[in-house]
Amino acid sequence: MRTGSLGVAQLVIARDLRLAFRKPSQLLQPLMFFMIVATLFPLTLTPEMSRLRDAAPGVLWIGALLSSLLALESLFREDAQDGTLEQFALSGQSLTWMLFAKTCTHWLLTGLPLALSTPIVAVPLGVPTEALWSVVASVALGSFALSLIGAISAGLTLGARRGGVLLSLLTLPLAVPILVFGADATHQAIIGGAIGPPLRMLGAIAVLGVTLAPLAAAAAVRIGLE
Amino acid sequence: MSWAWFHRFASPPWVYGFATRWTPWFGGAALLVMLWALYGGLILAPPDYQQKDAFRIVYIHAPSATLSMAVYATMALAAAVGLIWRMKVAHAVAAACAPIGAWFTVATLGTGMLWGKPMWGAYWVWDPRLTSELVLLFLYFGYMGLRAGIEDPQKADKASAMLAIVGVVNLPIIHYSVTWWNSLHQKPTRLLGEADMVWAMVWPLLLMFLAFFLFFAAVVLIRLRAELLRRERSASWIREVLK
Repeated sequence: MRTGSLGVAQLVIARDLRLAFRKPSQLLQPLMFFMIVATLFPLTLTPEMSRLRDAAPGVLWIGALLSSLLALESLFREDAQDGTLEQFALSGQSLTWMLFAKTCTHWLLTGLPLALSTPIVAVPLGVPTEALWSVVASVALGSFALSLIGAISAGLTLGARRGGVLLSLLTLPLAVPILVFGADATHQAIIGGAIGPPLRMLGAIAVLGVTLAPLAAAAAVRIGLE
Repeated sequence: MSWAWFHRFASPPWVYGFATRWTPWFGGAALLVMLWALYGGLILAPPDYQQKDAFRIVYIHAPSATLSMAVYATMALAAAVGLIWRMKVAHAVAAACAPIGAWFTVATLGTGMLWGKPMWGAYWVWDPRLTSELVLLFLYFGYMGLRAGIEDPQKADKASAMLAIVGVVNLPIIHYSVTWWNSLHQKPTRLLGEADMVWAMVWPLLLMFLAFFLFFAAVVLIRLRAELLRRERSASWIREVLK
């Protein structure tokens, strides 16, 4: 039976979702990490609400970035180890589409829950409740772009020993634009400013990521599998 | 048009010979031009009316900054050539570029900090240019880290080449995002401004740019030879060359 690229992508998404829900504790770990990191900031900076509110965009975004990086490790590693990626590459189907599907699933399982849990972290940091939806939206969009860029570095580090630190070293410089516009969007949401411009920039980065990142990730994975 | 000149660059022994022949010429020219430019910049050029003699650091700082970016572009170009035409020598060139580029970036940041302390009153300000230069350093680190982290040399070549290309696509985005980011905060006071430089200050600077490019050419050829020796250590031409 021959299926189109979209059909294969759906199959990959269904497979990854099923596998992920068999090990729910792995899904919760990045979220717990995010909350712990966010707790460290009031302990080290100040418990004073007004100053915490100023620092909130930074706290939220650095926490989100770090826990995304943590989750990124699991994007390709297991499938590379048990040979699934090799089968993907040999299947004759578009590896680009399959990896794009994997990246989207990865975001559904890590980035989206992260975005949805930001209110739990944001409210204790003094973020006003009216701003919460905008904060969730900006983190959701930003983490999607982050997953796309991270897919490239995750593919590149497949052939490396001790990929973890290297993965962060490669991803962090590339994530600077996402961090800048994401934190700005959150900051604007908190002070009640115009959230549109930075969100649009985040959207533009995400669109660029959707167009180019899966191609680069597929090339990177092929190099790692050779 | 004949492509023979291009194909010759795919042959490690030919490139090794080319590098051996040209290194002293580039190195000697770099030394001469640099001494001439230093004489012009440090002795002949008048002190700046505001910055006095401190402005003279520009003769190291500005060429380093240009080279830090030009070397990254060279590296990415070589990496792309290596990836597209599967030229091993091009990968060796990219590998040779990375540490040199990283050092130019360090030199840019270091001289900038030394100049910033007396002029801005601080070693570091979060100016967009400083920040993008710092991110550039991190990109070099990532490139070298990836190269060092992958044991199989061919995989390391290809993976790091991909990273160099991804970095080139990202650099302008990083630069503009950082510029945007800083425009939200207060602008650092630029003491230099758009001040017109007199010709006595300009010609040593132009010479210095030339000297730095020549210096880069010499150093990259030396590193390229070392890189080729390491990669081709089991090839028979090495024994003949090293006789």
